[in-house]
Amino acid sequence: MNDELELKDLYDGFRDADTIKAFAKIIEEDAKKLGKTINIMEVCGGHTHTIMKYGIPQLLPDNINFIHGPGCPVCIMPKERIDSAYILSLQEDVILVTLGDMIKVPGSKGSLQDARAKGADVRFVYSPLDCIKIAKENPSKKVIFFAIGFETTTPMTCSLLEAVVKQEINNVYFHINHVTVPEVMKELIDSRDEHVDSYNNRIDAFLGPSHVSVISGSKIYEQFPEHYKRPVVVAGFEPVDVMQAISMLVKQFIENRCELEIEYKRLVSYDGNKRAQEMMDKYFKKVMFKWRGLGNIPTSGLELKDEYNKYNAKEIYKDVLPIEEIEDHKLCICGDILRGIANPPDCTVFGTACKPTKPIGSCMVSSEGACAAYYKYGNLLK
Amino acid sequence: MKTVTLAHGNGGAENQELISKVFYRAFKNDILNKSEDAAIIQDGSLAFTTDSFTVSPLFFNGADIGKLAVCGTCNDLAMMGAKPKYLTCSVIIEEGFEIKSLEKIVRSMKEELAKNDAIVVSGDTKVVPKGSVDKIFINTTGIGEVQQKGISSNAISEDDVIIVSRDVGAHGATIFAAREGMDINTDLQSDCASLWIQVKALLDAGIKITALRDATRGGVSAVLNEWANQSNVCIEVQEEKVPVADEVKGICELLGFEAMSLANEGTFVLALPKEEAQKVLDVLAQFDNSKNASIIGSVSQAYEKRVVLHSPWGTKRFLELPTGELLPRIC
Ligand code: SF4
Ligand code: SF4
Repeated sequence: MNDELELKDLYDGFRDADTIKAFAKIIEEDAKKLGKTINIMEVCGGHTHTIMKYGIPQLLPDNINFIHGPGCPVCIMPKERIDSAYILSLQEDVILVTLGDMIKVPGSKGSLQDARAKGADVRFVYSPLDCIKIAKENPSKKVIFFAIGFETTTPMTCSLLEAVVKQEINNVYFHINHVTVPEVMKELIDSRDEHVDSYNNRIDAFLGPSHVSVISGSKIYEQFPEHYKRPVVVAGFEPVDVMQAISMLVKQFIENRCELEIEYKRLVSYDGNKRAQEMMDKYFKKVMFKWRGLGNIPTSGLELKDEYNKYNAKEIYKDVLPIEEIEDHKLCICGDILRGIANPPDCTVFGTACKPTKPIGSCMVSSEGACAAYYKYGNLLK
Repeated sequence: MKTVTLAHGNGGAENQELISKVFYRAFKNDILNKSEDAAIIQDGSLAFTTDSFTVSPLFFNGADIGKLAVCGTCNDLAMMGAKPKYLTCSVIIEEGFEIKSLEKIVRSMKEELAKNDAIVVSGDTKVVPKGSVDKIFINTTGIGEVQQKGISSNAISEDDVIIVSRDVGAHGATIFAAREGMDINTDLQSDCASLWIQVKALLDAGIKITALRDATRGGVSAVLNEWANQSNVCIEVQEEKVPVADEVKGICELLGFEAMSLANEGTFVLALPKEEAQKVLDVLAQFDNSKNASIIGSVSQAYEKRVVLHSPWGTKRFLELPTGELLPRIC
């Protein structure tokens, strides 16, 4: 860790009670001038988590409403990809490496945790670069990095690939499951399936995740105010950030503006991190990705370019990996939740057959999933 | 529940499920069913407990597995108002383990025994082939003499307040920071310590304690949830009153954890009548590792068997029993 940055800088000041209460006051006053209800979709599961954990809805007037979006890399992972991870982990001489919560998500055969209990060598890392160390310590093993996440985590996967190429390490492979945010936001507004009228008009504004924009810049959201007439505020993850961002959105509505604004000026710029974007362009191509509950969304996924095929676990293990699609549990309405047209308590098995200890859908597995957040913190909230 | 997963050892919900469905079902009896920190036997005169210790890394800031193994068992006795007296110590060692490390571990055990004025009276050693265990596992079992009877997590009422003895989460955060691949430089130290010394001071001061528990795996949130459950009450905690070190907060921020769910090895939670609270703070203030003890909450009937956390800006939410293996979040 960087020496100049102290751990406490991560949160200090952004949870100040007086600031939060002051924003609550401003929003309450402004909201009286709205004359209608506005539904704000937080695209990202990190925001859902903050909103629930800090009880933000309790501070807001009735005409400001949150709807939860599809932005958690665990929640949107279709079962066949989880099965792929499971199968890969059980191949001979394989060490499967991934990030955090992914270990708990049930596929059709079980979760990586179950694979581990069966003897698979599954490890999670904090930084993908740790794969290099694991690969060097286990020269006779194949280390497969099961890469997940939005724009936020993609550059780290690039750095790993870059290091593997440069250092000519020949036992690290990749299973890429990266996705990008703007495409799915567009899909939520644009798509023409049976739900269209119910949710198309529901989203009045977006909270954009700041992590994503640290990398990609705020520019990726430009189309939403311009083309779709939905204002966007790129916001940080602390309660003060969220309150300030909501206040900015409300102000846009009462002043009749529709713009892209940045609340999280501490790290986000319009252009983002150019170097990270270049790396992503160098190693990845845009492909169709099947989002769990949302279906195929063109160009919303990333895949290794063909010239890196020798590192691609999907190529190397293509004979054992699943190709058929797998349906989700019939009762699970994660899909509707990820679209913002249902809330977790609408699900008939919420909190009964489906709990964090016994999840049926991944919205209950991931700590960033809407169902888990509701289950953990939500019962008191309005 | 088909196979045992690591989540079954987390001190939270899955752990309880495993214990009740497998072990309690087979072993049930009146003493075990009380599920206190230590069993009270011999007409209430003795406390009896056992614990096994595995930790990675074996040596970390503020303690090592040896110190843990003595503190853990002695603290379980202390939490029943008992003075630790006799321990057994049995170790399972992986072939290839360095004698030097073993000696270091045993030395810390010895130091910690002295602080409790307890002795090891019996033991056992097994060596197993490489790969059968992760370096070394230690089991300690202890017997203590009960000094104050009637301390129980089943007896908390609206007359009580809740006190925590020091800042929470230091042990869990230290272990996470020390794990491979974290690269966090911190001065953070495990809170690992023998608690009998403080408990004795409280008893000597004549304080009537309702319930006492050290907040090990599952942290303070597990203790409070168990208490709310066992005593049929709602425990309401003021978040800003819970002491958390800056570095622990930072690590929680990085990894997406809650400080109150992180493990401790020398932090305890007390429930006792309101009138006694100030006296407790005065006694605890004399000790280095409990000088920032704090009254963190009260007891009500608002939400039966639940723990409610109040934020400084006026919102509230439940504080759940931790679930799952503690895993860092994705981004
Ligand atoms: S990956 Fe980033 S953008 Fe997505 S849910 Fe997590 S924090 Fe939000
Ligand atoms: S409660 Fe469970 S089953 Fe229902 S939508 Fe959420 S994750 Fe799916």
